[in-house]
Amino acid sequence: MGRYAARRLLQLIPVFFGATFLLFAMVYLIPGDPVAALFGERRVSENTLNELRDQYNLDDPFLVQYGKYMGFIPDGDEGLSGVFQGDFGEDFRGREVTAIVGQRFPPTLRLAIGAVVVQTVIGILAGIVAAIRRNSFWDSLVLVSTTLVVAVPLFVSASVAQLVFGLRLGWFPIAGLRNGAMSYALPTIMLASISLAYTARLTRTSMVENGRADYVRTARAKGLHTPRVIGRHVLRNSLIPVITFLGVELGTLLGGAIITETIFNIPGIGRAVFEAVNQREGAVVVGVVTMLVVVYMLANLIIDLLYGVLDPRIRYE
Amino acid sequence: MLIRGRSRRWMLLLTALALVAAACSGGGGEAAEGGDPSEAGGEAGTEGGATGGEMSYYVGEPEHLAPPSNVTESNGDAVTDALFSPLVELDLETSEAIWGDDAPNAVAANVESEDQQTFTITLKDGWTFHDGTPVTAQSYVDTWNEGARNAEYTGNYFFSTIEGYNEVQGTESEAPAAEEMSGLEVVDDLTFEVTLSEPFSQFPLVISYTAFYPLSEGCLADMAACQEAPVGNGPFQMDGQWNHDQNVRVTRYEDFGGGTPPKIDAIDFRVYADLNTGYTDLQAGNLDVMDSLPPEQIEAAEQELGDRVIRGDSSVYTFLGFPTYDEAFSDPNLRKAISMAIDRQAITDAILPDRVPADAWVSPVVAGYEEGACGEVCTYDPQQARQLFDEAGGYEGTMTLWFNSGAGHEEWMEAVSNLLRENLGIESIEFESLDFAEYLPLLQAEEVTGPYRLAWVMDYPSPQNYLENLLYTGSSSNYTGWSNEEFDSLIDQGNAAGSVEEGLEFYSQAQEILVDEVPSAPLFFDLIAAAHSERVSNVVFDTQEDMDYTAVEITEG
Repeated sequence: MGRYAARRLLQLIPVFFGATFLLFAMVYLIPGDPVAALFGERRVSENTLNELRDQYNLDDPFLVQYGKYMGFIPDGDEGLSGVFQGDFGEDFRGREVTAIVGQRFPPTLRLAIGAVVVQTVIGILAGIVAAIRRNSFWDSLVLVSTTLVVAVPLFVSASVAQLVFGLRLGWFPIAGLRNGAMSYALPTIMLASISLAYTARLTRTSMVENGRADYVRTARAKGLHTPRVIGRHVLRNSLIPVITFLGVELGTLLGGAIITETIFNIPGIGRAVFEAVNQREGAVVVGVVTMLVVVYMLANLIIDLLYGVLDPRIRYE
Repeated sequence: MLIRGRSRRWMLLLTALALVAAACSGGGGEAAEGGDPSEAGGEAGTEGGATGGEMSYYVGEPEHLAPPSNVTESNGDAVTDALFSPLVELDLETSEAIWGDDAPNAVAANVESEDQQTFTITLKDGWTFHDGTPVTAQSYVDTWNEGARNAEYTGNYFFSTIEGYNEVQGTESEAPAAEEMSGLEVVDDLTFEVTLSEPFSQFPLVISYTAFYPLSEGCLADMAACQEAPVGNGPFQMDGQWNHDQNVRVTRYEDFGGGTPPKIDAIDFRVYADLNTGYTDLQAGNLDVMDSLPPEQIEAAEQELGDRVIRGDSSVYTFLGFPTYDEAFSDPNLRKAISMAIDRQAITDAILPDRVPADAWVSPVVAGYEEGACGEVCTYDPQQARQLFDEAGGYEGTMTLWFNSGAGHEEWMEAVSNLLRENLGIESIEFESLDFAEYLPLLQAEEVTGPYRLAWVMDYPSPQNYLENLLYTGSSSNYTGWSNEEFDSLIDQGNAAGSVEEGLEFYSQAQEILVDEVPSAPLFFDLIAAAHSERVSNVVFDTQEDMDYTAVEITEG
């Protein structure tokens, strides 16, 4: 497993370079002038526009811009100052991308982990209950509620939840991070809601299927009582598709939940990227998304290694 | 290799630990970023009385907070208005510049000029920066030079009227010829002289603007630190640092040099991503003041909050520009026809509750605004419009209407197109909706092929700010390609006039030319739509949508 993990980690390097190059190219190709866009209808002098374009190398050809960004080509009086020197550039207001990421990533991380925990625990439990008591009231309840949750778009359910539970009932804070850990409660639940539905369904289906397997019959025939059969045998095998799903989910969530972050005013990384794309902030987009690519790959690596834990039949070379 | 037994358990343990560590990693930082030091105090406030307490104020994330010459957008403005005091203030009713005893919170004791070209500015004694150093004439001269030297500051152009500005600008290949503008001279500790390159009667109005705030020596020496925690001369000082994307907190400055100090203890500028979220917080009583409401909520807000919603004139002016460089739009009658075919009242009634029809090329908040200056050009007269349209030879082919996307203009632009179709018989009308990154370069390159929507936010309340910037020959914001010698000459004469009022005369005459030429068609004036919670009272907004932080009170209990 050590070799396998090491190989996967080495694969990160070409991915990192490929990702920055591709992203840089894509941002570069978006039409329009980002510096002019900074000002909108505000009056600004030619001088200022030219100075800003110069500072951000926007007049250079593509490969020169990329070279300066990565730190291969010296950038004016700053000399070599790019990714290789640890400098991921700045946004148009002069804030360093590394500082932006450092500040905006923790709230998203907490949201993501919270959401994964919620959807794992509740989703799996709901799925188990539905599978065990198949075709009962609980089963129907789980099936109907999960359908509802998936059917309603997130921005509707999040806004409604904010109005009902935050404003009218006052059970949760409405927005922002001013209430410590409680600030994350409602956004986490809303973020987890849709994935929770999928997790529950996936668990249920998986368990029903595995419940029919031969080894389960053998276990029962041996005289093992039902909770042990389910807990020790069926569940472990049923969880593999669920873990796969959760792994993908974690990666997606770490990319930031733009809608949730906007509605609940949480300064996370999703919103940062969204705003950066709107404002054509090339450095921010490339820096943040590259970092997210790396994080996503690491998350997947952990999930893959977890398979081996769950299912001894899985081998790694 | 199989993962068995103990390895398996270690794997699970490690994974669990990794997740927990990640979740807790920000935990230490949470105290710093999650709340502000007196957030408990912020909620409960100081009990009783009209003084004390903390007010929370809605802002979006500011672009910059320092230096003042780099603060030209409303979010940064809202914060710097608390941290700095201006040289001159603007009279709420007449929009004139006032100073001395008439304006207790303005730093200037006197602003004098004989020829509108050299101004002698005398400061009041006893003003200090938040770090205790005195506010002197040198502070102003140094800060203005700093602003002029740096072309990347967004408010840099404000200093372009001062003599010596050009020498302070470098080019790509050359360093600047001078570090200081020759037009700025310190006479003594409290007096300095400003010499402009040309007479400009409106200058006293101009220096009310943010770009002219002074900075302390400490700030000028360490601009990077100053940007995160500006040291100003205003009624409030920074409490801690600028918490990006979260909040900026300021507390009352006890040694404030102005005559009317603030009544409240502190202001918490909270950064929101979305107007609607802010409004929900305001309804819940968590947020005290919003200076602009989501447009679709204004009517509902007026019903729910009653007189806690504040309406008033704002300086924002929306217009339809015409690309006069395009032959199809070269006939003024055609442009007039288009303007007269638009029923502005119907559009504001039905679609835009936060605007009113425009009847002049300058906003009502401006000194020298004349009601109805637009004359018949802004009135809805479909018959006359059709007549003029035919006289001008009509319009061939497809007309394209241009506007910036993502700002909610789709609906009313469509209404405009319907009106044009109905009243002028233009059958084929298309839209080109782009975001500013693409829209502005096209406007600058004169590649826009049809009437285009733009708006103007004023820097200071002079008609010159609208007329010259938008319609003077070659001005950087004049995208119409229109050039008229008489208009230019009247603007020049207004700038050279003997006083602000005398200048207004000429600007008024200049507007009369616009009635004949119609290089752009005024559409709407915006209205301020602000709201506040029950905790605060005496909430007053001026014409630039700035709140008077010294007047507001917290009423608790």
